[in-house]
Amino acid sequence: MKKTFGGPAIFLDRSDINTDEIIPAKYLTEVTKEALKPYCLEDLKLEGFDPKGEELKAARVVVTRANFGCGSSREHAPWVFEVNDIHTIIGESYARIFRQNMFNCGMLAIELPPADIQRLFDLEEAAAGKIEIEVHLDRQEVVAKTGGRSESFRFEISPFDKALVQAGGWVEYADARY
Amino acid sequence: MGQTTAEKIFAAHLRDEPFPGTKVLNLDRVFCHEITTPVAIADLEWRGKDRVFDAGKIKAVIDHVTPSKDSKTALQAKMLRDWAHRHQIKDFFDVGRNGVCHAIFPEKGYVRPGFTVIMGDSHTCTHGAFGAFAAGVGTTDLEVGILKGVCAFREPTTIRVNLTGTLQSGVVAKDVILFVIGQLGVNGATDRVLEFHGPIVEAMSMDARMTLCNMAIEAGGTCGICQPDMTTVDYLWPFIEGEFASREAALAEYSRWCADADAVYEKVLTFDVSALEPQVTYGFKPDCVKAVKELAGTKVDQVYIGTCTNGRIEDLRQAAEVLKGRTIAESVRGIVSPATPKIFQEALNEGIIQIFMDAGFCVTNPTCGACLGMSNGVLAEGEVCASTSNRNFNGRMGKGGMVHLMSPASAAAAAVTGVITDARTL
Ligand code: SF4
Repeated sequence: MKKTFGGPAIFLDRSDINTDEIIPAKYLTEVTKEALKPYCLEDLKLEGFDPKGEELKAARVVVTRANFGCGSSREHAPWVFEVNDIHTIIGESYARIFRQNMFNCGMLAIELPPADIQRLFDLEEAAAGKIEIEVHLDRQEVVAKTGGRSESFRFEISPFDKALVQAGGWVEYADARY
Repeated sequence: MGQTTAEKIFAAHLRDEPFPGTKVLNLDRVFCHEITTPVAIADLEWRGKDRVFDAGKIKAVIDHVTPSKDSKTALQAKMLRDWAHRHQIKDFFDVGRNGVCHAIFPEKGYVRPGFTVIMGDSHTCTHGAFGAFAAGVGTTDLEVGILKGVCAFREPTTIRVNLTGTLQSGVVAKDVILFVIGQLGVNGATDRVLEFHGPIVEAMSMDARMTLCNMAIEAGGTCGICQPDMTTVDYLWPFIEGEFASREAALAEYSRWCADADAVYEKVLTFDVSALEPQVTYGFKPDCVKAVKELAGTKVDQVYIGTCTNGRIEDLRQAAEVLKGRTIAESVRGIVSPATPKIFQEALNEGIIQIFMDAGFCVTNPTCGACLGMSNGVLAEGEVCASTSNRNFNGRMGKGGMVHLMSPASAAAAAVTGVITDARTL
């Protein structure tokens, strides 16, 4: 199934946010993705962040720093975002398995240089959190919109990752090809 | 130009290169456990593709929570069990015969030099100890692996880690790898393979090499790889004697997976570990590493010995050596989980289980259990655990709990005194 990208963004200002913080292991006993929905980022302790808050509920995009999703291979981490309609993560870098899992699910783990990420955080601060992100996969660009102003950032994506997103994920892609 | 071990394995398994830099590899092994596989099974059923590419190459185990602790984990176990039976996956290990995945699969001889291995588990990198390319993947990669026997990778570059010098007595593979992670950082090997070389590795047993490779992922590494040698052949011999005329013949065959002398590395790191002391983590990231003596005196509530990192027979022997003739502190709960039934049996035969019990340890069946805070020793808020596992993330062994990673001997010493202790000072 193809995903939609972009929307209101939530900013998580820390590097090395790990998969245990994204979805604690005790919920890995669930056998459906939907069941994970209430537990998104439950164990993330970050000033001003409330895993049960309205801001996370409204978010469609996560903006963060480096090495996001490190730790376990659990695809429950991308899934918990997926079932909360967050299909886009924007960060400086990712742990390999997490990034692959995102694209395998047909979702976007976008990498931007540290300076661009910093700019996004600055824009968010200036706009007191009211920020929307548009994603244009075709021209590899994200646009940050705050109160009538917009600023765009170009991103790189490997052709394979792009093909996975366009196919709707790795199962669809592999099944058509192998 | 010479090749690294990973480059040789990639070249020999290449199925497709849909785009430059993306390599789709044929898989020799797809390993499965009950936490990450059921969703893949359910998805395959939902798509009407409930098939497996090769039942002989798929191995499955129930290990994370076993025997099942509640209805949900019972359902996960049942889904894996029913699926294994449905597809005639012969090598499926259920209660009584099951153990921690990264201990039981090597023990059965399933991993060989030059193999490609995936599993829906980040510590799959453990199997690189055999000179294989083994990578943890998510459930979607696992699903495609089960269905098609392939997996896509960006070809990783390799960091060569030379470990030289001589280890002091009482300093073991766990101390070495904690030190290396401390040097690399949690992100230092992301999208890289760590290829371990040098006299320290050559002198290591397979158990020790598995401990070393197990934690490659804690530096972000895709896989940790050791070079196949006579130690590898000796370990595998019971499983391969029908395939080769002699051990030398096996060694000659497996040696072709060794990195070439002129292989090109992204980076070469050389650590003389002669002065290395027992290591321990502090904080909530595995690269926060210090000498044990620097944290000496830190109170612990629980000691956990086991897991895919340090639940093998040598690990239990090292802990038992410290515990022999001693009892653990009143204030401490000691838990030991031999990683497989075979290890349990060996420990029983060698009197090690008796030593643990005399010291006051609780001996559990082989399982991951408390390592990921799911059963058999979950921490309460504010509690501290000295653990031989591989991850000290916030909440890993229970919400609000704190984990200090260390070697089996260090963990045993902490059990005796109730505080973090350098075992050599006991
Ligand atoms: S013992 Fe711990 S780290 Fe190893 S596979 Fe089990 S849960 Fe994962």
